[in-house]
Amino acid sequence: MSETVTAPAYRIIPIIPALKPGAMEGKGPYVANDKIQGALGFPEQLVEDWHDRALAKMGELLGKYRSLKVYMDACVHCGACSDKCHYFIGTQDPKNMPVARQDLMRSVYRRYFTLPGKIFPKLVGARDLTREVLDEWYNYFHQCSECRRCSVFCPYGIDTAEVTMAAREILDSVGYGQKYSNEIIGKVHKIGNNLGLPAAALKDTLEGLEEDVKEATGIDVRFPIDVKGAEVLLITPSADFFAEPHIDSLIGYAKVFHATGTSWTLSSMSSEAGNFGMFIGNYEQLRKIALRIRQAALELGVKRIVVGECGHAWRVAYSFWNTLSGVGDGADETDQFAMMLQKQLDHRYKQPMHICEFTWDMIEQGALSFDKEANDKHIITFHDSCNVARGSSMGGYPGGQFDIPRNIIKTVANNFVEMSPSTTHERTFCCGGGGGLLTDDLLDLRVKGALPRMEVLQQVVDEHGVNFMACICAICKAQFTKVMPIYGFDRKMIGGVHQLVSNAIRLGDKQ
Amino acid sequence: MSSIEVNGKSYETDEEGYLVNLSDWNKEIADYIAKTENVNMTEQHWEVINFLREYFEEYQIAPAVRVLTKAIGKKLGAEKGNSEYLYGLFPYGPGKQACKIAGLPKPTGCV
Repeated sequence: MSETVTAPAYRIIPIIPALKPGAMEGKGPYVANDKIQGALGFPEQLVEDWHDRALAKMGELLGKYRSLKVYMDACVHCGACSDKCHYFIGTQDPKNMPVARQDLMRSVYRRYFTLPGKIFPKLVGARDLTREVLDEWYNYFHQCSECRRCSVFCPYGIDTAEVTMAAREILDSVGYGQKYSNEIIGKVHKIGNNLGLPAAALKDTLEGLEEDVKEATGIDVRFPIDVKGAEVLLITPSADFFAEPHIDSLIGYAKVFHATGTSWTLSSMSSEAGNFGMFIGNYEQLRKIALRIRQAALELGVKRIVVGECGHAWRVAYSFWNTLSGVGDGADETDQFAMMLQKQLDHRYKQPMHICEFTWDMIEQGALSFDKEANDKHIITFHDSCNVARGSSMGGYPGGQFDIPRNIIKTVANNFVEMSPSTTHERTFCCGGGGGLLTDDLLDLRVKGALPRMEVLQQVVDEHGVNFMACICAICKAQFTKVMPIYGFDRKMIGGVHQLVSNAIRLGDKQ
Repeated sequence: MSSIEVNGKSYETDEEGYLVNLSDWNKEIADYIAKTENVNMTEQHWEVINFLREYFEEYQIAPAVRVLTKAIGKKLGAEKGNSEYLYGLFPYGPGKQACKIAGLPKPTGCV
């Protein structure tokens, strides 16, 4: 931690950077130890027959996920993706061009799963799966944040994130997992959230927040937990209970529920929206994490499930919760608990619902009012978080995930400006810390990966005096808090949409 | 596994230098870790470290940043009850760096 990490210089003209082959070669992030691996049912260390088992796993995934096989076959190396990745732009390592990173796997695919590769490997760029290749996978597939920006520009729609997920799944299956993600998943199974925050500490924190809000506003805003029969179960990233500026958005959600008279609760058993099972591409882990939420919803008897500001959580909730857990229609009809939950939930409302959808609905119904001037000290821009922008929607119409957070900001604040359109909406850049890379041992990569976002933020700072960048993702908030000072910005420039809501919302008369 | 050596005794740490066995912790180890972090321990630092350890003993986790700032503010005066003050003491971030020196596990997740 004591070594100095510096920010790369802004590009004068943001074009394809000069290549620096081998710039990011290395061992990759810390490898998970035996205890961390064992707790998830993965081999505790690299198995002796890793070569055969890795290929068997690859074969299994190619059979199970037809998309993966298409992505392996379809790429024509046109290069449209090459300069679209924030990690390539920031590191200049050619292996971080999405096409080249995918080819680390594609070359092995060709060697063992295609006829030309089996017969004339050299002619078709096929490679043997050696230990060096495996190590290269570990290193470079932990330099992709699964943000899917490159996929937007791919004429074949190849989803690089799925290739990265498959690579990580193969690595886990031979005992070569990443410490950061796998340790966190173990904590969710054991304690209920990524932080490892036990129920007593959570309750103490929430009581403290009630005191703080009372002191600041004179109003008794509640932060209820484990309340049976509540209308809404709020599932939010555990960082919202712990970190700055995350906690300010949690206060915002509570104020919205208070002002609209909504009965709501958190769950101590299921106190995490994030689902790192997606980052490692493992369906069983993904499902196991999601099922805690179902269990909490059934036990508490809630009618609605609302998700807090968390990017990939919303992708998992929006895209996968229905089949994984029965929150939303689509689960297997023989899954009795999913069917039970379907019956229990109130289908006059979207299930699940994003907190921004909830707040915007209430604004449209006239149930909320604001003192916009409370945010006048802020000149605000909005950073679209990658998993929300490219992996989900809001409001039940295409593009709702872009409009709704912006609509809220414009309702609660007077000063809003957009960053360059080539870096917002579906073209947004990852913060640089997504996809299981938000760890100190990857700080150099995270700083470099933030470069393209920092460049365009600098533009609106210079041109419009922007001093606040709002977002709706816990990873973005933590990543920017860490890397923005390295680029010369105040770390308090980053915050949540509901932090702005919290500043301006009218709660009623003081009691 | 990595380790650190303090006063001739070896203590197990993880790859990032966090103590593995929380019961190993003592003030000399804290001083040693602080040095590796380029933190010069003063009375103000110890106030924070001691609070972290007390809180951890009760709740088995480090306090939220807000809980910490509030507690410091109550103890040392409102002007110190903010994250600027804590970042001043622990520049890498009060959450992680102070935990490391206090011999507590690293907070994980999106923090």
